[in-house]
Amino acid sequence: MAPVTSDRMEVRSSDDVVRVRQQVRARALEVGLSLVDQTKIVTAASELARNMLDYGGGGVATIEVVSDGIRRGLRLVFDDQGPGIADIQLALKDGFTSGGGLGLGLGGAKRLCNEFSIDSKPGEGTRVTCARWK
Amino acid sequence: MDRIPILKLGSALLVTIQVDMHDRLATALQEDLTEKIVSARAKGVLIDISALEIVDSFIGRMLDHIAAISRMLDAETVVVGMRPAVAITLVELGLSLSGVKTALNVERGMDLIRRRLIETEAADGAGDE
Repeated sequence: MAPVTSDRMEVRSSDDVVRVRQQVRARALEVGLSLVDQTKIVTAASELARNMLDYGGGGVATIEVVSDGIRRGLRLVFDDQGPGIADIQLALKDGFTSGGGLGLGLGGAKRLCNEFSIDSKPGEGTRVTCARWK
Repeated sequence: MDRIPILKLGSALLVTIQVDMHDRLATALQEDLTEKIVSARAKGVLIDISALEIVDSFIGRMLDHIAAISRMLDAETVVVGMRPAVAITLVELGLSLSGVKTALNVERGMDLIRRRLIETEAADGAGDE
């Protein structure tokens, strides 16, 4: 499924997280997501971009407008070359954190998306993908 | 560095968050607010988030912290003006802000703080007799 548009954004600072949010909002509007769905995907983007910054040492966010022929949607990919996640099931649990956060980031973001996946190898990095369809 | 203005409104402080918060701004707000609560002898803090399009766990945690710190300084925090879509998203995210009082708008938030003030004054008065 080739994306209609694709934005690649570096996330190295807290200001970059804000920029990612703004771009996701702009694309969500373009796709025509409802206000609640826009809010959900922008919030998920914020959580995932911040996770990448706090635990993955920063990385790259890719924001794609996608279409499967019938409907359009927004797909977000977050790639980092950080330490990776040893136990993904544990990392998805509410309340689990390896840092100082609330431990809501991953599990919370998953609930805010229609599709969600994590690929991670310890020592190599993490890729989180999340999509919301119209 | 930018700072979020804090207005004095009777015995309460009013903070209107209008920008996309980043870490430094949030930390600065926490520090400014705690100082102002003490110097202005404020009994309440109103945080207006009606301009915020999203509240993520970072902002949620900041609101929780401000409420907890204010409580220790004998001031009550009321978060006002949350957008409906933000409320839906927050609950789905798993953040119910249980430590924070909320009100629909600034006016109702002020009412909450005023009521608390009257109650404490009445209690103080009773203690004096």
